[in-house]
Amino acid sequence: MTKIYNRDAFLENIARHLGRKRQTKKVERPNWHVSPQHSVLRGLSQDELVDILEKQCQEIHTAFKRTNIENLPKTLHDVLSTYKTKSMVVANDSRLKRFGLIPLFNSLKDEINIHLWEEANGKKNQLIAEQADVGISFSEITLAESGTVTLFINKNHGRSISLMPKSYIALIPKSTLVPRLTQATERIHNQVKNGEQVPSCISFVTGPSNSADIEMNLIVGVHGPMHATYIVIEDA
Amino acid sequence: MTLKISDLSYEERVQEGIENDFMRQAVASAQGRFRSGRETRAEEIGNWEDWRALGEEIRRHTLNNLDYYLEQLSDEVSKRGGHVFFAEKAEDANAYIQDIVKKKKAKKVVKSKSMVTEEIGLNQALEEVGADVVESDLGEWILQLDDDPPSHIVTPALHKNKEQIRETFAKKRGYTKSEKPEELALFAREQLREEFLSCDIGITGCNFAVAESGAITFVTNEGNARMVTTIPDTQITVMGMERIVPTWEELDILVSLLTRAAVGQKITSYVTAITGTRLAGETDGPEEFHLVIVDNGRSKILGTEFQSTLHCIRCAACINVCPVYRHIGGHAYNSIYPGPIGAVLSPLLDGYESHQELPYASTLCGACTEVCPVKIPLHELLILHRKKMVEEEKMSPKLEQLAMKGYAKWASNAAAYKMGAALARPALKPWIRQETIKKGPGPLKEWTVNRDFPAPAKETFRAWFKKRNKEAPHHDEDL
Repeated sequence: MTKIYNRDAFLENIARHLGRKRQTKKVERPNWHVSPQHSVLRGLSQDELVDILEKQCQEIHTAFKRTNIENLPKTLHDVLSTYKTKSMVVANDSRLKRFGLIPLFNSLKDEINIHLWEEANGKKNQLIAEQADVGISFSEITLAESGTVTLFINKNHGRSISLMPKSYIALIPKSTLVPRLTQATERIHNQVKNGEQVPSCISFVTGPSNSADIEMNLIVGVHGPMHATYIVIEDA
Repeated sequence: MTLKISDLSYEERVQEGIENDFMRQAVASAQGRFRSGRETRAEEIGNWEDWRALGEEIRRHTLNNLDYYLEQLSDEVSKRGGHVFFAEKAEDANAYIQDIVKKKKAKKVVKSKSMVTEEIGLNQALEEVGADVVESDLGEWILQLDDDPPSHIVTPALHKNKEQIRETFAKKRGYTKSEKPEELALFAREQLREEFLSCDIGITGCNFAVAESGAITFVTNEGNARMVTTIPDTQITVMGMERIVPTWEELDILVSLLTRAAVGQKITSYVTAITGTRLAGETDGPEEFHLVIVDNGRSKILGTEFQSTLHCIRCAACINVCPVYRHIGGHAYNSIYPGPIGAVLSPLLDGYESHQELPYASTLCGACTEVCPVKIPLHELLILHRKKMVEEEKMSPKLEQLAMKGYAKWASNAAAYKMGAALARPALKPWIRQETIKKGPGPLKEWTVNRDFPAPAKETFRAWFKKRNKEAPHHDEDL
């Protein structure tokens, strides 16, 4: 049983300072007078959005690859070699099969320790992720403007995959590209409106971790991954 | 630590700041970088003024209906398995969190960056019940090792240089490598990994809560807030009661304004939205979640002329353009909230008595108001503070003296006058191009829209006169 403590006194105090009785009826959001967010990158094709994403990747210290389903296994294999991967943790996503990655994983078994994130492994999932060289997962919504992948965490896609390994690889179906954060939050807002359960964690990830806390020098790679690669896949 | 950070007088703190050459240089260079980053992003996105107008409109609506949105938020968090504690005072929040620590028999608590926990003095409260507290933001960790307060709300260790940081790491943690920022950061990564993996409770702040779904969002770059919400089984989030938006759609606007205004990024490396506890079948993230919503003096600001102060989204853009902050640094404000927003907010939260100099720690140039992404009229609020202090609060004669005889005192004190005159040029330096000011800040703006303003001379009149006297024969000595 969850508890809410001291709510009434706290909220009544707020209402009193605002000079009115506590709001009991539903408050409707007003129609905001301006909406500049909708005009950013409006009317661009998916290919144009991919071009913008590619350019943005230079600003966020992220390697960028463009491929199709047929060449995806080779592209991914190349990236894994660049990272000298000995161990990796992968979100257990049905798209691995659809995008033809299972045969690749089978063929790599001898050189790379491959761990699929599974409920049955409990906390072991996280310990493996902490030791892994690479984490791999799919983006649900990809924001061209900022170069951001949106991760919906669930029992097959742990929070640790994109956080704890040294490098992170995001698999980005081209169809997931949208102009910016606006389209992602709109989609989540509509899910809430329709009474759907929002994931326990939604992570908007933009390249590797960084910090400017020491003399304002940009340091890439602090607590999260130190390297990141985006692979955009033609899926139309 | 609470709101106040030192027992030194205002004059002593200012003097310390002015004498600290490294700090002043670091602040000046940081201000320049922050400012150009913000300007680039504002230009690039186009119609920046529309974004600010929308940000302001959202904040005003939300604060005017704050009781409604907080009720909705707490209902939604509760539905997703979280406990919610409404804390009127700092002590209430600390006592609730101490209880959790005791019940869990927690030995180690790891925190991600949070100004509100600094404000309520949570670390000390945790230590009182025997918990080992670890700050995991790189800047905050450096300060914690040295027992030093933050001087900036976005980059808290701005006043320290890399040599000082290396020395701290060596003395406190046996660090043996160089002062290269990359090596220092790698060392912090290794040290803090151990702390994350061995902690019992994670404590976070909150950038924005989303009322409609009960999500708590963190806007970060380093990834430590993600660690804190991924590894420990118990998570406690502490939020100032005003840090809330109605729906995910408004979250978009405020995050977009925050990252551009704060650090000149289109978005930070991580924007993370956590809703309640982990769901069935998930194996990382907290199984127990507490949201602590803090008033601590904020409700007194509602319904007053100062209400817009609560619109603040803690981006520090006002700090980054402030000519006074540039010269005296963050510690001189004697509050964890420095700069223009701190000068307005600290007296409201903590009373005029403790912070009576702050409304005067400003040139009223208006640069802060101009950059605020949610259009808080900061310099006007500073004037309002001064008015209230003199007219309503009947503050001490010392203050009236400052207000009424300020100029006389300042001009008759040779050292102060010299400093003030010498500061005019460096303070306006960012706007000077070829000895004229074409686009000045604040009140200068009106003037410079139509004509250029001459830059303050490189040499003050007094300095020139003194030099001239030395160079020329001293005929007039006896006059």
